[in-house]
Amino acid sequence: MSELTTTAAPPAGGPAAWMASARRARALAGAELRLLWRNRTAMFTALALPIAMVALLGNIGVDQYTGMGVGTVLVTIMIGFVLLFVVYYNLVTAYVARREELVLKRLRVGEATDAEILAGTALPSLAVAFAQIVLVTAGVAIVVGIEAPVNVLLALLGFVLGVVVFVLLAGASTAFTRNVEMAQVSTLPVLMVCMVLSGMLTPVHELPDWLADVARFLPMTPVIDLTNLGLAGLAPDGTSVDFAESFGAAALPTAVAIGWIVVGAWALRRWFRWEPRG
Amino acid sequence: MDDVIEVSELRRSYGGEFDAVRGVTFSVRRGELFALLGTNGAGKTSTLEVIEGLAPPSGGGARVLGHDPYRERASVRPRIGVMLQQGGFPGDLTVRETAAMWAGTLSAPRPVADALEMVVLDARADVAVKQLSGGERRRLDLAMALLGRPEVLFLDEPTTGLDPESRRNTWTLVRRLLDDGTTVLLTTHYLDEAEELADRLAIMHHGRIVRTGTVAEVVAAQPSTITFERDAPGAPPLPELPGALVVDDGRAVTVHTDTLQETLTDVMLWARHHEVVLDQLSARTASLEQAFLAVASENTSELAEEAAA
Repeated sequence: MSELTTTAAPPAGGPAAWMASARRARALAGAELRLLWRNRTAMFTALALPIAMVALLGNIGVDQYTGMGVGTVLVTIMIGFVLLFVVYYNLVTAYVARREELVLKRLRVGEATDAEILAGTALPSLAVAFAQIVLVTAGVAIVVGIEAPVNVLLALLGFVLGVVVFVLLAGASTAFTRNVEMAQVSTLPVLMVCMVLSGMLTPVHELPDWLADVARFLPMTPVIDLTNLGLAGLAPDGTSVDFAESFGAAALPTAVAIGWIVVGAWALRRWFRWEPRG
Repeated sequence: MDDVIEVSELRRSYGGEFDAVRGVTFSVRRGELFALLGTNGAGKTSTLEVIEGLAPPSGGGARVLGHDPYRERASVRPRIGVMLQQGGFPGDLTVRETAAMWAGTLSAPRPVADALEMVVLDARADVAVKQLSGGERRRLDLAMALLGRPEVLFLDEPTTGLDPESRRNTWTLVRRLLDDGTTVLLTTHYLDEAEELADRLAIMHHGRIVRTGTVAEVVAAQPSTITFERDAPGAPPLPELPGALVVDDGRAVTVHTDTLQETLTDVMLWARHHEVVLDQLSARTASLEQAFLAVASENTSELAEEAAA
């Protein structure tokens, strides 16, 4: 039995290969989840920070979005914060920590592929991100109420694209992050730009035209656009659309997000280092 | 025929300028331990990285178990185990958790407890990795390399930082693996380790293999040495010793010879005839260390010529 399994490698791309790939990523994810649980700082960033942000904004009032209920606005902001802090910031820290501990280097001589190593490390953060969004949405629905979404598929699409974009950007950002402490500084450009200009706090269509044109193409903007479209039928230009019209309005943000995935994947391949600088 | 590792004309250059490996060829037969020795910067790790499938070669190539280790890593990796010179595991996991994680990534792992027992870490299974000593970490790394029941084992300086007892234990373990048919490619800075374990070896220097063969073959080119001290200053002069090089400071004598038996007989007969007492008498064939140091010095002058040319 062991003879068979050791000598016969499953054909690449077959279902057996996919199963093996998932098993390896899950083993790495299990260890990473333990590490996240044992790291109080990371745990606080992942669990408390997004919720605290939403609670704070809920109290000071966020009704600058015309045509959207407060509950929907809070959920949109929540998704943005979760992608930035639970996915992006957390993963820059995790990848850099594993790199500096020579863990990535060690894993690379095993059976897991590069993609499995990166995905396994990311999985716990993604699970936390998803759970947070579900819980906060439920909480907001109970406390302040929330309207029925116009096209929930687009909201989901926005979240999924956002996850991929920010995992890739986290990987690329490790290239200019020498150690875990430096992650607090090196992540600031992406965090600040996304918070201020991507429609999380101020709608992009209310920015000055020249700034709005730039903001459209930032990595977080398509995620917020798709969420607004899906949850409230609010198109990127500020008009209201119904279910049928929402698909057309989703084309540009989807294209922008896919563009960032291509850029992020390229940057990751080009600059990601698997071991500390010599 | 049954070469498990074949390396031919392997080259590696960095940035097109610096050639770390300059045409290395060797092969490792199934079930043997092959040691790759060399000074720091000789190109050992650069060579290993290609064979382990971590990097493509700049020229030439390597095959492991009949496959290209870089392009066909999915076929090769399940059958090899690698212990890096420098590898790490997350400090906040325990030894057992680390091994369980690693086992989860393998096709056919042996039980975690067995692997930890093999390297005598079973008593430390619930200790966090960050609390292990340097030697214990090396043994954990070795346990991970063994976890997948590898046919081919790569050990890059496996006993660096180990205390003498752990070193002996590791040697015993490696011999047991060889008895079970495992093929081992070892690099080490400890020449006694290579003498102890290697079936064959190669010495690298400045990106090339400059000596290769069994320990006896590599050492054979080096002269044997006889040393002793004469107690009385007024002793009669040494006899004629054909082919030997004698260094005599009046008290301590060192004789280098390619024909140890004849030269030693001459010295002994002379001592008996003149009733000379020889203190600290020692006669030994060359050691691997001697061969190694000779390589390092002769190639330095060769390099100087090359630079001048």
